Amino acid sequence: MPKKQLALVIDLNVCVGCHACVTSCKEWNTSGWAGPLSDVNPYGADPTGVFFNRVQTFECGTFPDTETIHFPKSCLHCEEPPCVPVCPTGASYKREADGIVLVDYDKCIGCKYCSWSCPYGAREFDPGQGVMKKCTLCVDRIYDMTLPEDRRKPACVLACPSSARIFGDINDPNSDTSKAIRDNGGFQLMPEWGTRPSNHYLPRRKTTMTVHRDELVRVDNPLKVEGELPRPAFTTPTIDGASSW
Amino acid sequence: MRPAFSVLFLTTLIGAGQGLLIAMVTGQIFVTLGGGPEVSGGFFAGGGLLALILLGLGLVASMFHLANPQRGWRAASRWRTSWLSREVILIPLLCGLVLLYALAHLLSLREVSLVLGLLSLLVCLALFVCTGMIYACVRFIRQWASAWTVVNYLMMGLASGFTLAAGYAGLAGSALAGFLTAAALALTLAALAARLTQLWLNARGTARSCMKTAIGTHHTQIRQITQGFMGQSFNTQEFFTPGGAEAIRGLTLLFILAGFVAPLGLIVLGVPVVAFVIQFVGLMAERWVFFAAGEHVQNLYYQAKA
Repeated sequence: MPKKQLALVIDLNVCVGCHACVTSCKEWNTSGWAGPLSDVNPYGADPTGVFFNRVQTFECGTFPDTETIHFPKSCLHCEEPPCVPVCPTGASYKREADGIVLVDYDKCIGCKYCSWSCPYGAREFDPGQGVMKKCTLCVDRIYDMTLPEDRRKPACVLACPSSARIFGDINDPNSDTSKAIRDNGGFQLMPEWGTRPSNHYLPRRKTTMTVHRDELVRVDNPLKVEGELPRPAFTTPTIDGASSW
Repeated sequence: MRPAFSVLFLTTLIGAGQGLLIAMVTGQIFVTLGGGPEVSGGFFAGGGLLALILLGLGLVASMFHLANPQRGWRAASRWRTSWLSREVILIPLLCGLVLLYALAHLLSLREVSLVLGLLSLLVCLALFVCTGMIYACVRFIRQWASAWTVVNYLMMGLASGFTLAAGYAGLAGSALAGFLTAAALALTLAALAARLTQLWLNARGTARSCMKTAIGTHHTQIRQITQGFMGQSFNTQEFFTPGGAEAIRGLTLLFILAGFVAPLGLIVLGVPVVAFVIQFVGLMAERWVFFAAGEHVQNLYYQAKA
């Protein structure tokens, strides 16, 4: 059996673009033991800040025949992470145990080289601590035995009101994530670079029904009359015992 | 990509330093093998020390690039996989070798100095490859990801180093001035040709990724409505160029003139020191353009605010 690889599966068919995952991610990760996700000038004219997760919006087609796609984007925890081998200090690493790509903030020198080697723009530099940061898959939550078992999930997954985010081991064929990928045409972003992202996305799916003309007409109507039915006889019994007329 | 001045200074300074050292060593080999004119050890020692100063200044500049320079020593640990780590090891190694090379000349140990010189020549070439590969191995910037990046780091370092060496030889009244001036002319011309080739190739290249693969939607027309936030972020600051295409065009013209054409003329006119100063400014502009012209794949995700 292949190694465990925790990941998210994000259903683009379900995401409504509410940004609840963005805010809950920021809240959880800025409050943790690893230090805040610094904001610079947060209430000023030109604010910046560190986020691990963003929801972007794209539009396909030409007006009026368009389709809107809300697209949550965070670190994909690649199985071949190009950001890891380029790190000169070894601060950037992929965990053997569960495949999460992490940064050791005590080793990072803040050279930003790893961010150049990520095609997805998943890494963000924290000017407060002077280190590179990225999605940790809430590694400080998912193994926390003080939490009830159903709460041991990344903050973004718990926050999603439409259950567009599924968390699990994509190398376990029986996990929710594997089933979702298998059954709903799950795909990876930018497969051309060979990074083999662990996070998968489920495509937009349309539910349509074809109604044929003959289905609109009663086939058991021998008189082919769609209007008033023949009146019953005057003596026909009725429910209220009065007249059927 | 946003050009970082610490890296611009680092790469141009150590490039010139390595070029100067290679000029000294090749000069010494020329004298030793070719039966050229007698040159004093002091000339080579002075050149070596000048190269050491340039390398040291480059190291200082590199420190400004690190957010946590106090942990900089850790950067030597991943030499098996990271070109950046290999560079971090080679720069101090080269500094040490150059110091020994200069000392050997001062103590008039000709044979020892030649061995040390050849060693530092090899380390210099390896360092050029490391510096170039740091950028050439970033697959996600197509303008960088080619062998031409390595060739250009090498050629521009050699050109500026030999120009400086020619100026130094002229000032010191060394008999090697003719040899170094001819080499500086040839290398500057070759560097110009190599850089123009890369400019031409980059203008013709096409991007490997597109919106289709970026969000995995098979649609011919995809546009971003919003990147998800109204302000700035690391992704919009580090990977985009201030000034845009106009600044790149203007500075490209500047670096071709100041980095190559003007120095060629000034060397011919017999003022190689002035040529070096102008060439150095031109090569700084070249490095700026090199960074600014790099279009990172991640920019596909950051196109619109709403």
